[in-house]
Amino acid sequence: MKEIASIAALSWRYLWFRPLQAGLNLLLLTMGLAMITLVLLVGTQIDRGFERDVQGIDMVVGAKGSPLQLILAGVFHIDVPPGNIALADFQALQRNPIVAQAIPLSLGDSFAGFRIVGTTPDYPAHYRATLAQGALWRAPMQAVLGADVARAMSSGAGGEGGGPHGGAGEGASLIGRSFVGSHGLGAGGHAHGDHPYQVSGVLAACGCVLDRLVLTSTESVWQVHESAQADDPEDLAVLRDEREITLALVRWRSPLAAVTLPRAINAGTPMQAAVPAVEITRLVRLLGVGADLLRALGGVLLGVAALSVFIALWNAVRERQADLALLRLLGAPRARVAALVLTEALWLALLAAALGLGLGHALAGVAGHWLRAEGSMPLTGAIWLPEQWAVPGLAVAVAALAALLPVVRAYRTDVADLLAQPA
Amino acid sequence: MIVTRSLAFAHAEGAALTFPDVQVSQAGRLLLQGPSGSGKSTWLALVGGLRRPTAGSIEVAGTPLQDLAGARLDGWRARTLGFLPQRLHLSAALTVVGNLALPYLAAGLARDDQAIRHVLERLGLSGLAQRRPHELSGGQAQRVALARAVLLSPRVLLADEPTASLDDAACAAALSLLHATAEGCGATLVVATHDARAARWLMALGGAQTLRLPGATPATQPLRNASQNGLQRPDDGGDML
Repeated sequence: MKEIASIAALSWRYLWFRPLQAGLNLLLLTMGLAMITLVLLVGTQIDRGFERDVQGIDMVVGAKGSPLQLILAGVFHIDVPPGNIALADFQALQRNPIVAQAIPLSLGDSFAGFRIVGTTPDYPAHYRATLAQGALWRAPMQAVLGADVARAMSSGAGGEGGGPHGGAGEGASLIGRSFVGSHGLGAGGHAHGDHPYQVSGVLAACGCVLDRLVLTSTESVWQVHESAQADDPEDLAVLRDEREITLALVRWRSPLAAVTLPRAINAGTPMQAAVPAVEITRLVRLLGVGADLLRALGGVLLGVAALSVFIALWNAVRERQADLALLRLLGAPRARVAALVLTEALWLALLAAALGLGLGHALAGVAGHWLRAEGSMPLTGAIWLPEQWAVPGLAVAVAALAALLPVVRAYRTDVADLLAQPA
Repeated sequence: MIVTRSLAFAHAEGAALTFPDVQVSQAGRLLLQGPSGSGKSTWLALVGGLRRPTAGSIEVAGTPLQDLAGARLDGWRARTLGFLPQRLHLSAALTVVGNLALPYLAAGLARDDQAIRHVLERLGLSGLAQRRPHELSGGQAQRVALARAVLLSPRVLLADEPTASLDDAACAAALSLLHATAEGCGATLVVATHDARAARWLMALGGAQTLRLPGATPATQPLRNASQNGLQRPDDGGDML
């Protein structure tokens, strides 16, 4: 043990005897490992997020258009929907015997960049969401906030709505607070100032798409838009007859429906059916190219780092041929001299692994912060995936590979030559 | 104590060297003389267990070297021998104290700071402990290398051209120090040199056996006996093998 400690201490000295070279190698290794950590963190979280949000949704039915767009809009709320479908068509779908459940979603408005979704209590129930405060909506124009939305509102986003508790600081109850939606799915649309919503409840964070949504009843959305578009009661009546929803999340009774139902809907109705499993596979394949590219870049960086470490160690062994031979002269066995060189590489590996993991997590955190501002996928640097244990392993493997030839050379150091050297 | 019999070594290039037999007692002094290329370094390498002789036997401090190999030979070298190479090979990456920690690392022993302090003091290096090799004078560097060689109290101290680049005064000082240091740890002292001053000083310091190497020419007839030119100390006789 003592021996390992003194070898480690000596190799540390040798490593930093060439600070510029050691620093450069450390930087290269760190960047490669950070890149791989980042790809691992982001890829896994996106996969998990997709999986969680899409769970239990067999089919999404909406207006005709791009099926991927329909899924992105309806399941993940990161794209605009292709259009609306008639309420009557949705109701016909609901009556179909092979449909176990069809949850209606009405999109169109947003609050502080978060989407307002008109739906039924089936929607939060589908994700097994629980309430942190208050209750679900009981009447039109009541709203339940997702966890991220509640946090944003507490810290003052869109707080100009005021209300009974208007101006209350962070941490105070949001129940009863009122806010107005703005038209469109992004921030900055026309505000529906005459139709304020009132917060009836706040959902506990579920780590799913609900965290970023404002839920209300389908009727609320109708009410906001019908009175915005209609000028007199007659128009209003017409609009009521032509009521629409945006899309429906469908769970079917038997897997057999997968064969017939989407085709029947696509061919026989003005609606479009998209199967998330199919579209997600397509999407992941598209994203996968990007992830593969980043991974490849990380691999190239690691390769360059390995080469650089190899060159540094090779030169170090050559420069230190005399130092190593002297250790042999003093009675150090070959293995101990070789271990000295290997330990130097391992120091680099350990330092680079720690720095690379740190940097990778920091970058994931920054990316998460940036994506949160964009209102898309939730992403954090503050998780540890079991796969990440591979990163120090990879670092050690790269360093050991780079050290292989220098270590062999050190192992073969000839002592007698040292004596023969003239002064 | 060093005993060699019928020692021969052939370099890979083909030049064959044969060495006269020699017996040096434990407290003895051996002067290894000969021109450059006569095989002084090879003889030191053979006696130090760094090269295998092609013929003959070597016994150092009671151990026949043919019995040792690999890590056991390395361990034996660490415990038994002290080397003062011609080029000192102090590690530039380490301070004086760091250089003096190397024998412990090589021997697989825990570093003994008190022993290091003691030897620095004895060799007049106390103030230089934290210096780097490039901050030392030639004489100081040689004393650090000597300190490194005797730190673990070797049974045999092998010095290769210890006076090569020194002026007369420094030469005398270096040999006196070598002599005294070897005496201090009871070691057999071997000085390989082609420097006539070194030979004179060693003789003046109490005498030494002399082993003269004639060079790499094919040597068919036995060379002069090792101790022929040596002044033996009277009390050495009893220890001789």
